[in-house]
Amino acid sequence: MTTPAAGAGSPVQGDALRVEGISKRFAGVQALDAVSLEFPPGQVTALMGENGAGKSTLIKIINGDYLPDAGRILLGDEPLALHSPADARRAGIRIIPQEPEIIPHVSVAENVYAGALPRRNGRFFDRAGLRRKIRADLDRLGFAGVLDPDALGSRLTAAQRQLVEILRALTTQARVIAFDEPTSSLTEHEVEALFALINRLRAQGLAIVYVSHRLREIFRLADRIAVLRDGTLVGVRAAADTGESEIVRMMVGRDLSTMFSRQHAATDRVVLDVEQVTTDDVRDVSLRVRAGEVVALAGLVGAGRSELARALAGDLPIRSGEVRVEGKAVHMRQPADAVTAGIGLAPEERKAQALFLSRSVRDNATLAVLWRLRRLRFIRRAAERKVAREYTDRLRVRTPSIEHEVRKLSGGNQQKVVLARWLARKPKVLILDEPTRGIDVGAKAEIYHIIDDLAAAGVALLVISSELPEVLGLADRIIVMQGGRVTGELSRQEATEEKVLALAMADDLTAETSPAGGTP
Amino acid sequence: MSTPTAASAPTQTEPTAPAPRRPANRVRALLAAVGAQNLSLAAALVVVMAFFGLRNSAYLSLNNLTVISEAVTISGLLAVVQTVVIICGALDISVGSQAGLASVVSAMVFTRFGGSPLAGIAAAVALGVLVGVVNGLVIVYGRVNPVIATLAGLAAYKGVAQLISDGRAQGYVLGNDLFIFLARGKILGLPTMFWILLAVAVAIHLLLKSTDIGRNIYAIGGNDTAARLAGIKINKYLISVYALAGVIAAIAGILLTARTGSGQPTSGSEGLELKAITAAALGGCALKGGKGGVGGTLLAVALLGALENGLTVVGVNAFWQNVAQGTLLVVAVVIQQRRSGERAVGLPT
Repeated sequence: MTTPAAGAGSPVQGDALRVEGISKRFAGVQALDAVSLEFPPGQVTALMGENGAGKSTLIKIINGDYLPDAGRILLGDEPLALHSPADARRAGIRIIPQEPEIIPHVSVAENVYAGALPRRNGRFFDRAGLRRKIRADLDRLGFAGVLDPDALGSRLTAAQRQLVEILRALTTQARVIAFDEPTSSLTEHEVEALFALINRLRAQGLAIVYVSHRLREIFRLADRIAVLRDGTLVGVRAAADTGESEIVRMMVGRDLSTMFSRQHAATDRVVLDVEQVTTDDVRDVSLRVRAGEVVALAGLVGAGRSELARALAGDLPIRSGEVRVEGKAVHMRQPADAVTAGIGLAPEERKAQALFLSRSVRDNATLAVLWRLRRLRFIRRAAERKVAREYTDRLRVRTPSIEHEVRKLSGGNQQKVVLARWLARKPKVLILDEPTRGIDVGAKAEIYHIIDDLAAAGVALLVISSELPEVLGLADRIIVMQGGRVTGELSRQEATEEKVLALAMADDLTAETSPAGGTP
Repeated sequence: MSTPTAASAPTQTEPTAPAPRRPANRVRALLAAVGAQNLSLAAALVVVMAFFGLRNSAYLSLNNLTVISEAVTISGLLAVVQTVVIICGALDISVGSQAGLASVVSAMVFTRFGGSPLAGIAAAVALGVLVGVVNGLVIVYGRVNPVIATLAGLAAYKGVAQLISDGRAQGYVLGNDLFIFLARGKILGLPTMFWILLAVAVAIHLLLKSTDIGRNIYAIGGNDTAARLAGIKINKYLISVYALAGVIAAIAGILLTARTGSGQPTSGSEGLELKAITAAALGGCALKGGKGGVGGTLLAVALLGALENGLTVVGVNAFWQNVAQGTLLVVAVVIQQRRSGERAVGLPT
């Protein structure tokens, strides 16, 4: 479908964006390690890799959000010093985020030129000038009729918001545009329009960076595919010379089988029974988790997995359906009800949703069991310290003492503190949302071990993960979701990455094969 | 290679000479427990007292110190309970109006029930609970920002107090022994009012530091999502904390009645919210929540009281004291934000 010849044949002026030897380290994690990569003008370079491979870090460095620890960035032959997104913007580099910032109560036109509105007679806002300007730009860039310049920001669809962001970029002479997972919130029709636009930008000679998980899109759009893994560049392939299987192999790469040693502990006793649960984000979900079983919830970002988890933890309202724990229906009005029923959730955003960063390991670990540690409402300090020590030792939390601030621990140890909190509570069901996000490989292996131990102890585990090797390595059973629905279930034996991905993109596939499935 | 050996050397020598190091460690541990914030407050208090003491020898007399302690009791009570509200991550700027309302109600019920002080006190406290619960409900279920909700309360409760009192002082309570005891009594040579402040402060300190309730309050202010997901019923907590603020404000109102001899709808209670919030912020409460304590607040209350009295003693115009107080509040928060290292972009969080 893509015609690299067209890119090569059209007169392309413009400069390539190059990163050379870029390294970036965050507390204990090497996010990028000496990555050198070129983004040529007039071409779409796709950036692929598993979650945590370093794609977003690289994008953020190009955008001036992070300063690299080493390496340099060049546009053409000119080295760039990017200390802020404003610097990147001045250099002609624009990132189109998944969810662009749109000012809700002003028009599209004002959104596009926000910060540089046309003026007359000094500081007076030039309304007529704004209208002339947006019309001219819309015509010039081929957006006329696609976007109503008078529409209010709050009325725009996800696709239109991205168009506004793209317009912002184009009206400020962008030379490099990076798209970060642009299609995750778009309908099929909108995706087509976006692709047409990207093709036009390519023809105009812009260097385009395209980050996506969706292989099919990548092969339709990209000229070159660069694959990152664990912060290093695995390789760059011309899209015409490679195939999906090679790219997947490059992404996964390392042999993970040794990291996952699962003992079989699943029993027949159903602990968590979810029956036809519908919330604002998920529809008609039924699933069961048995004692000692690890069930993985797989799917793409936005499939509704985290929302399901929060609903099962009592944090999002359940509109219909029933949740039973050990056969008893749980009426959930708030998370406290779920906790009482024996359901614990270690949420996706560790720091924002689970931890009290400026408080001690002890405070964090004992929070869910304080009520058990008191006499006449006074906390028994010795008992509290004992509980904190017991569970942090068991999970091998590496901390100088239990009085140490959680903020100062590494991501892996912070996650273990969250797990310690729930282990102390002895839940019947433990829901882990992306339990290994942003932690290094060594700590990941320890978390897998903990999960296995918990299953062996009879806990029913529901694990959400976007990393396919993790899903395949950990789960006894895999439930795949897309668009808020369960699209299929695979046993450990039958599951492969391809099968999980096929179910995760079930709608896309049926849309291609049967016209009945694809009614928007 | 050389680093591990160098690191292990002192650990080996340590057991041989532990005795001389221990006192230093104790002092350091004590300093850490007290905290830099409290130490600087204590230092400031010493400086202020020395400054005014040198200018006027009567300032440091036991008599004047008693006056100071009586003067700070009412605002001190409100500051202590404001500390709890702020630790939750909320704010209550209606405490002054609540105290005024309680003052009027306690005096009027006292008079109506033929001079029964307990009826007056009970009515005021019950009303305090009610007003606090209303604040909490408006905030939690009405989804109104705490500052706005209690700003509305500041106006409305003052209005109610003025309506039922016709805007005038009500009743006369100083014919009653209990009110006289509250106003002028002494226990062990110290004013009753001082003991009441001390008792409330100790109770709230224990609540915050030694009970699971207190720990959960810190958790809610520190990270409300995490607190919620850990199973803490945060709605219940927030409403209860506002009810507590109502009760303490009512006690402050009753003391106001005792001190002035009658129920005061506005005089004596207006501006107390400013004093309470200033003391809490100066005492180290993070206005984002999750941090602070009664000790720091009490030190700040003492500092503010010493400063106010000192300025009066040396004859500074009372209007300047408002300026000083406003300035102190801003300075306290600026210092706090600087320390937390927040970037100066847009509105503060």
